[in-house]
Amino acid sequence: MSVATHDDAHAHDHHDHGPAKGFMRWVTTTNHKDIGTLYLITGLIMFFVGGAMALVIRAELFEPGLQYVDPHFFNQMTTLHALIMVFGAVMPAFAGLANWMIPMMIGAPDMALPRMNNWSFWLLPFSFVMLASTLFMDGGAAAAGWTLYPPLVLQTGNALPFTVFTVHMLGMSSIMAAINIIVTVFNMRAPGMTMMKLPLFVWTWVITAFLLIAVMPVFAGAVTMLLTDKFFGTSFFNAAGGGDPVLYQHLFWFFGHPEVYILILPSFGIISSIIPTFSRKPLFGYASMVYATSAIGFLSFIVWAHHQYTVGMPIAGELYFTYATMLIAVPTGVKVFNWLATMWKGAMTFETPMLFAIAFVVLFTMGGFTGLMMSISPADLQYHDTYFIVAHFHYVLVPGAVFALFAAAYYWLPKWTGHMYDERLGQLHFWLTTISVNICFFPQHFVGLAGMPRRIPDYAVQFAEFNAMSSVGAFVFGFSQLIFAYVIYKAIQGGEKATSEVWEGAEAHGLEWHLSSPPPYHSWTEAPPKEIISDLH
Amino acid sequence: MDNKELQKANARLVWRIVAIAVLMFGLGFAIAPYYDAVCSYFGISGRVNEASSEQTMQVDASREISVEFVSVVNGQMPLKFRAETSKLKVNPGQYYTVNYYAENTSDKKLVGRAVPSISPAWLSAFLKKAECFCFSEQEFEPHKERKMPVRFVIDPAVQADAKEMTLSYTFFDITEKSQTIKN
Amino acid sequence: MKKTLQLLTSLWSVIWGVAYAETGSGTGVGWGALNLPAGATPLSHDIHDLHMTILWICVAIGVIVYGILIYSLIHHRKSKGVEPAKFHENTKLEILWTIIPFVILIAMAIPATKVMIKVYDTNESEMTIKVTGYQWKWRYEYLTDGLGKGIDFFSSLDAKSNEARQLGSKIDPTTVEHYLLNVDNPLVIPANKKIRILLTAADVLHAWWVPEFGWKKDAIPGFVTDGWIKVEQPGIYRGQCAELCGRDHGFMPIVVVVKPEAEYKEWVAEQLSKKEANKVDLSKTLTLDELNTKGKEVYAANCAACHMPEGEGMAGTFPAIKGSKVALGPIADHVKLVLHGKAAMPAFKDQLNDLETAAVVTYQRNGFGNNKGDSVQPADIQAYK
Repeated sequence: MSVATHDDAHAHDHHDHGPAKGFMRWVTTTNHKDIGTLYLITGLIMFFVGGAMALVIRAELFEPGLQYVDPHFFNQMTTLHALIMVFGAVMPAFAGLANWMIPMMIGAPDMALPRMNNWSFWLLPFSFVMLASTLFMDGGAAAAGWTLYPPLVLQTGNALPFTVFTVHMLGMSSIMAAINIIVTVFNMRAPGMTMMKLPLFVWTWVITAFLLIAVMPVFAGAVTMLLTDKFFGTSFFNAAGGGDPVLYQHLFWFFGHPEVYILILPSFGIISSIIPTFSRKPLFGYASMVYATSAIGFLSFIVWAHHQYTVGMPIAGELYFTYATMLIAVPTGVKVFNWLATMWKGAMTFETPMLFAIAFVVLFTMGGFTGLMMSISPADLQYHDTYFIVAHFHYVLVPGAVFALFAAAYYWLPKWTGHMYDERLGQLHFWLTTISVNICFFPQHFVGLAGMPRRIPDYAVQFAEFNAMSSVGAFVFGFSQLIFAYVIYKAIQGGEKATSEVWEGAEAHGLEWHLSSPPPYHSWTEAPPKEIISDLH
Repeated sequence: MDNKELQKANARLVWRIVAIAVLMFGLGFAIAPYYDAVCSYFGISGRVNEASSEQTMQVDASREISVEFVSVVNGQMPLKFRAETSKLKVNPGQYYTVNYYAENTSDKKLVGRAVPSISPAWLSAFLKKAECFCFSEQEFEPHKERKMPVRFVIDPAVQADAKEMTLSYTFFDITEKSQTIKN
Repeated sequence: MKKTLQLLTSLWSVIWGVAYAETGSGTGVGWGALNLPAGATPLSHDIHDLHMTILWICVAIGVIVYGILIYSLIHHRKSKGVEPAKFHENTKLEILWTIIPFVILIAMAIPATKVMIKVYDTNESEMTIKVTGYQWKWRYEYLTDGLGKGIDFFSSLDAKSNEARQLGSKIDPTTVEHYLLNVDNPLVIPANKKIRILLTAADVLHAWWVPEFGWKKDAIPGFVTDGWIKVEQPGIYRGQCAELCGRDHGFMPIVVVVKPEAEYKEWVAEQLSKKEANKVDLSKTLTLDELNTKGKEVYAANCAACHMPEGEGMAGTFPAIKGSKVALGPIADHVKLVLHGKAAMPAFKDQLNDLETAAVVTYQRNGFGNNKGDSVQPADIQAYK
C-alpha cells in the first residue's frame, strides 16, 4: 500500500519529508500522492458497492416475474446504484488521478492547498456511510431515481434529509477539490509550463473543475428546496402552492448535464495522453483539442432541457434544445478524429492501457451516435425513459468514463508503485471486460426501441431473451473486475521494476515520466529544467 | 514567486472561486421567482396569469377559438369538481363567464386551492382573467356545493393558428396545511 | 445446456437483427423485438422514418470512422516495423472535419423540425380524452359531446398479471396472456379520428406512452399537457407508464382498443346505458346471499390483487382481510376505508357504485371465515361519502 520510497536513491534525499507511519498517516496526510491514493481506493471500493447493486438489479431482471426483491427495494437499488457510481466511483477516481498526476505533470511539489485537500477527501467516507445507512431507515432509501424528481421523492421516508445532506457533503467535497485543482494549475506551474503546454489531462480537469464550481451549488440548492418543501412548508415544486415540479427538473438538469461532462472530460484527457504514447507520435491537433473541450464545456450549460423533451415545453424550446444539443456532436467529433489522426501512421503497440483507450474510442463513439439520435426531439419522444437511454448512457459511462479510468490505472500504475503490472492478467481483464460490457449493454438498445421502459423491476415476456443476455453480460463484467483489483494488489506488492520512463518514448509526452518510479514523496521540489518542458509534445 | 506571494495569490483565487460557487447556489433560489415570471410571460408550462381587471378589447368576430374546460381533483380529496360547460366557442376580445362547481362529499370542512393550467401551454399568455377562484384558499362546508365563476377573455393578439385550447383547474387539498397555520 | 443454447441463439440474432432492423417491423415478439415500431398513426410513421434516417446516417459515419481505425490498427503497428510519422496538425483537414459534421447536422435538423411542428399541432381534433395518472393506474374521461361524454373509468393492471407478478407467486409469466401489458378496462377510441389526449396526474409524475402511437408525454400534477393521435387501423395497442412513479411504476400498463367508428358508437351507447343501469335503486333491500354473491365478483376484480383471493393479504405489505380488525369492527369505519382509502390503499368512491361498495363490504365481513353476519345496504353507503 505504501508508496515505497526508501529504496529509491532520489527519494532518499527527502526522507525527512517522508510519510508518517501507520493509520494516522492516512488520516492527517496533506500529501497529494497519499490523498490521490485514498481517493482512488475509495473510488474502487464504491465501484464494487455500486456494482453489487447493479447485479441485484440485473439478477431481478434476468427473467420476467419478480424473483428476489420487492419493487420498492428495486427502485432503491436503481437510485443508489446511480448515485454511488456517479459520486462515489467515477468522480473520486478522477479526483484521485488529478491529485496524483497534476502536480507531477505541471512541475509542482504538491497541490496548492494541501490541508483543504485532506478535508475534501475525508468528507467522502462519511457521506457514503450516511447514504448507505439510509437503506436501513424507516421507508428505505430514496427510491425516486438519482434525479430525485419531486413529487415522488417527497414520498421518501426518513431517508430524505439524509440523502439531501449526503448531496451537500459530496458537493462541498467536489467544490473543494475543484478549487484546489484550479489554484494549483493557475499558480503552481513550473517556469516554462505555459497553459498551451499543459498535458490535455490537466486541461480537461481545469475545465471540469470550472463546471463543478458552477453546477454543484445549483444541485445543492435544488435539493435544499426539496428539503424545505417537505419540512418547512415552502412550495418551490408544489403546484398547490404555486410552484412547479418541472422547475426542479430544470434546476437538476442545469446541474445534471454539465455533470455528465464532468464524468467524461477527464476521460478525454486520459485518452489524449495514452494514444500518443503508444502510437509513438505527438498528439494530433493539440490546440483544437483544447478548443473542442472548452466548447463542450460551454455547450453543456445550454442544452440541459434535452432531458425534458416530454414535459410539454413550447415548441420553440424543443427546437432550440434540439439544435444546441446536436451542436455538441461537432467538437466531440473533432476529438474522435484527432485521436484517429494521432494513431494514423504511428507505430502502435497494444499494451493494456492502449487496448482500453482504443476500446474507449470505439465504444464511446457508439454512445455518441445514440446521443446524437436522442438529441432529435421528435425521435426522443419515443426513446425517452426507455432502455435505449439506459444503453446510451451506460455506453458513454462504462466503456467511456470507466474504461478511461482502467486505461489510466494501467498506464500510471508502474509510475505509482514502481512495479510493472501483470500484462497477461491485464489483457485478460481487458478482453473479459470489453466483451461482457457489450453483451450487457448492446441488447438494451433493442429492448428500449421495442418498448421497454427504464426503471421497471419486471417486464413483458417479449423482452425476456435480451434481458437474460444483458444480465449474463453484467455478471461476467462484474466478476471480471476482481481481476483488476488483483492486478493492482499484485503491482503494489512487487514485480518487475519499472524504469522512470516506463513506456518507450514516454518522456516526450509528459513531465511525470521524468520522475523516478515510484516518484519522490514531494514531486518537483525543484522546478524541472526548462529544456525538458520545451521538448514536450 | 516566493512562498508568501504564492500563498497570497492562492488565497485571492480561492475567494474568487468561492464567490462563484456561492453565487451559483443563490442563483438556484433566485431562479424560482424568476422562473415564475418567465413562465407566465412566455406561457411555458401552462401557468396562467393571475386575475386582472377587465379591459376593453377589440372583439374579433371573424375568429372562433374553442376552449375546453377541465376539472381535476388531486390525490384523494373528497370533492366533486366539475365545469358547467365542457366546451365553448369564443371570439377573441369578448369576455365570457363559465361556472365551476365543487361539492364537498365528506363530513368535514375542507380547504382547497385550485391551480389553473392551460394547454397548449404557450397560449396561456393570451388568456386573461377578470375573475378567478385560483390560488386563493377556498373553503367547503360538509356536503355543500359551491359555484365558482371564471371570467376570461382571449387576447385578440393570439396567433392565427390557435384554434383550440384547454383551461384546467386542479384542486389540491390544503385542509391540514391551512389548519396548522391557523392554530 | 438449454441456457447456453439460448445464449448462442441470442448472439446470432443480434448479428441477424441489425439487418432485420431495416425492414422496420419491430412489432414482433421475442427476437423480433429489435426496432422502433413503425406504428399506427401519422406521427409514429414520421418519427419512425426520422429514426431510421438518423440511424443510417450514424451507421454510415460509423463505417467510415471504424474503417479508418481498423485500417490504422492493422497497418500502423510497431511490429510491422513502421517508423512513426511526425505530423501533429493539418489545418485544412481540421477545418474540413469541423464543417462536414456541421452540414450533416443541418441535414438532420430540417426533417426533425418538420416532424416536431406536426407533433405540436393539436388543432382541429375531433374529440378529447382526459387521461389522469394515479399511483398506479390510469383514469380516462371522455370530454366530447356525442362521442362518449360522461364515460369515466379507471384502468389498472389485469388480475391475472397482477397475481403472477407478486414476489414469489410461483406463476410462470409466460403462461399469462399479455403479461404486464393487459388491463381490466381498456381505453376505447374510434379509428381515423384525430383525438387530443389531455394529460395530468393526481399524485406524482407519470408518463403516458403507447409506442405504436409515436410519442410519450409526462403527466404532471397541477398541470395539463397534451398530444394527439389518429389511429389508422382498428386493433389493440399496448403501452406502459414511462416515468418512474413509485413502487408499482412497472405495473400500470396502457391498453387502447381502436374500433371502427360505428362499433365505437355502439360501445359508447352501451357504456352510457350501463352507467344508467348502474344507478342503483336505493330503495331496494338485498338479502345477505345476494350481497355476498355480488361482493365476491367485486372483490375478485378490485381487491384480490393485493389482499389475495383468499383474503390472507401479504405479510408486511398488504394487510389480510381474513380476521382483520376492520372487517370485524364497526361498519362505518370499514365502509369509509373502502370509499376514501388510506396510504397505499386507493379510494374506491369513484370506482365502485353504491351497490358494489355495499356488496364488497358485506362479502369481506362474511367471507374468509369472518362470519360477522351483518350486511350493508346500498342505501347506507351515501351516508359515508
